Amino acid sequence: MSSSPERAALRALLALAACSVCIATWAQPKTTGYPGIGRDATPKEVAAWDIDVRPDFKGLPPGSGSVTRGQDVWESKCASCHGVFGESNQVFSPIVGGTTADDIKTGHVARLKDPAFPGRTTLMKASSLSTVWDYVYRAMPWNQPKSLTPDDVYAVTAYILNLGGIVPDDFTLSDKNIREVQARMPNRNGATTAHAMWPGTELGRAVKPDVTAVACMHDCVPAEQKVAQLPPHARGSHGNLADQNRLVGAQHGIETAPPAAKTAAPQAAATSKVPTALLEKNSCVACHGMTQKLVGPAFSDIAKKYPGQTDHLLQKIKAGGSGVWGAIPMPPQTIADDEAKAIARWLAESAAPEGKP
Amino acid sequence: MGSRIQQQPGQVRKAPENFVDTEGVRTVFAQAQGGRRDFIRNAFAAAVAGTAASAALAQSTADGDPAILQLPAHSTGLGQPVVTDGYGKPSKYEANVQRRQSPGLTPTAQASVSFAPLQSLFGIVTPSGLHFERHHQGWWDIDPSKHRLMINGMVKAPKVFTLDELMRLPSVSRFHFIECGANTGMEWGNVAVPTAQYTHGMLSCSEFTGVPLITLLEMAGADLKGERFVLAEGADGSSMTRTIPMSLIRSGEVLVAYGQNGEMLRPEQGYPLRLVVPGVQGVSWIKYLRRIELGDQPYGTKDETVHYVDLMPDGQHRQYTSIQECKSVVTTPSGGQMLLDKGFYNITGLAWSGRGKVKRVDVSVDGGRNWRTARLESPVLSKCLTRFNIDWVWDGSPTIIQSRAMDDTGYVQPSYRQLRAVRGTRSIYHNNAIQSWQVQQNGEVANVQLT
Repeated sequence: MSSSPERAALRALLALAACSVCIATWAQPKTTGYPGIGRDATPKEVAAWDIDVRPDFKGLPPGSGSVTRGQDVWESKCASCHGVFGESNQVFSPIVGGTTADDIKTGHVARLKDPAFPGRTTLMKASSLSTVWDYVYRAMPWNQPKSLTPDDVYAVTAYILNLGGIVPDDFTLSDKNIREVQARMPNRNGATTAHAMWPGTELGRAVKPDVTAVACMHDCVPAEQKVAQLPPHARGSHGNLADQNRLVGAQHGIETAPPAAKTAAPQAAATSKVPTALLEKNSCVACHGMTQKLVGPAFSDIAKKYPGQTDHLLQKIKAGGSGVWGAIPMPPQTIADDEAKAIARWLAESAAPEGKP
Repeated sequence: MGSRIQQQPGQVRKAPENFVDTEGVRTVFAQAQGGRRDFIRNAFAAAVAGTAASAALAQSTADGDPAILQLPAHSTGLGQPVVTDGYGKPSKYEANVQRRQSPGLTPTAQASVSFAPLQSLFGIVTPSGLHFERHHQGWWDIDPSKHRLMINGMVKAPKVFTLDELMRLPSVSRFHFIECGANTGMEWGNVAVPTAQYTHGMLSCSEFTGVPLITLLEMAGADLKGERFVLAEGADGSSMTRTIPMSLIRSGEVLVAYGQNGEMLRPEQGYPLRLVVPGVQGVSWIKYLRRIELGDQPYGTKDETVHYVDLMPDGQHRQYTSIQECKSVVTTPSGGQMLLDKGFYNITGLAWSGRGKVKRVDVSVDGGRNWRTARLESPVLSKCLTRFNIDWVWDGSPTIIQSRAMDDTGYVQPSYRQLRAVRGTRSIYHNNAIQSWQVQQNGEVANVQLT
């Protein structure tokens, strides 16, 4: 048996080679990423989805729209939820109101300092016009998002601005002049990022939290303190709390409903024929309550007016209508035939809400 | 049972009989077997009717507990076959444990919230079916084979991923809480709702599984130098959008998730893909995630400059207030519940911080005058719910229970007085004040505020 130095050197070399192959194999994913996963997006794909508009108006598509045209868009597509004058319709927060000509000059909405002023409108809060444009374009109208063209959005944004006294009646908003309008936004100077509640380091934030408490352990508060609680009449406002707690355990729920109401509810739910899924899927419940008026009439009121008239109701659902229940029109609904028929039939058969067959 | 069963005004009423609903009692009857069935039925019926049940029940237990003495059907008969239900459900006796809407809070069903029943949950994980919901334009059950994720903006090559591809990548699983920025928002000005479900139930915690977002950004050749911001966008009607800071993404914490508690995300939680942004309010956890754009400025989306802004007393709106600060709540006993009797109780609740780990929770049973430190149950994880427990013997006198959490940055959960002194009462979002539950002499627990 020879054990020449040449042999030993060869063995070492072979071992080294095997080892480096081994390392190369395991190191491969790190150096080459994840082959076969993901592909390049085409320019058309990016264009189809990249719809955001930033406060510096990057991303804003070219186009324009006048206040007058905006009024048409508003009345046919927006007024049913937001009210004819943007004052809301009890469905969503009002968009217009609460701002003054002086606010346009200062860029601060003065009424935000007044705790007695009820509510806050979009124009009182919005610091960037880009936000309004972006949101309308991506998410409105509520039941048909992304159906507005850029020109529609310029027009309807111009109309909102006009209602708020920010632009004149004969104004046309466009990608060319939107920066000038931004300089008139009533609350453009009313926002701050100087707080410690942004999780990054990018916004020039405050480092320390604004509220600092100390963990006192003994004799921390006076023995006598005032206690505020729900008024007695609110006891049943959230239903029977006994039915909202586990039936077994360290505590049980308090009875907050009269016994009669409590036993009736589960039975009624089981026998109810309300096409809830269809009503929700097709956004009917956005504007109609079961027994109360929202934007449009209550389902029970419609049923009372058109008993047995399935075909008439079907036609109304498909084509829309106006003038029967007030000034706000019902837009034509894009809805499958069989679903519209099921809803019309239910309405014609008395639109029984849960518990009242 | 049975020693202190008589009722007197102002004394604790014995449960559970008084509180089992009629349907539940009927079920118990149906299952009761043996010779004393009629007797038990009468006794239970009397208890439900609220008449002199005590004496009858006391008699019935003279020989011992009927629940022991009389063998029930489940001990003497054949049970259900295996796989009666391929995806199991909770016991029918747990039907009261449900997500709920707060009456009158939202006028539409699609732009609405449901609250998780915190008062009935154990540990730190929220069962997926009880996870709170917040939808801006209704939820969808999206076909995962047609769902795509795009990455564009300041990247070398915009990329498109299918779900199959994303699920091939190395995954991580982490427990995190998610809390809506508006959780407890109804209570900024005054006491408004009765139970922990409605005060704090826009809070849930899950194990999320997915791919770190930084991995996908690197795959697209993202420009990660300098100050960068990411826009996350959803595929539902609202196409929800939020700006996420690059520094948080760089830490590897932000996930593109498809898994939740061992199963795929529920449709109400964004199936098949959602963003997980630990410590940050729920509105940033974009559901139905379809697009990530990388840019050099924040995006000023609707939910960071118009909604989810905090109105300060000086009239300024704070924008991009995203972190959910340290907070806690006692879940048992809590509002709308009734203590069964005097004696021993385990006070338990949840604590969390968007800045890191919960370090300590103190509990007061005298309205905040004196405090004792509670036990933290493991695991104690970063940006995750932490369960706390503490012993308590109730002597039957009225009192107020509170919890106060501290995180590992040293931040201490404030009282309402401390919070309002800085932020006023009109913020809506980010109310993390100490909660007070008043135990009344009859055992009822009420939501109260100390002023």
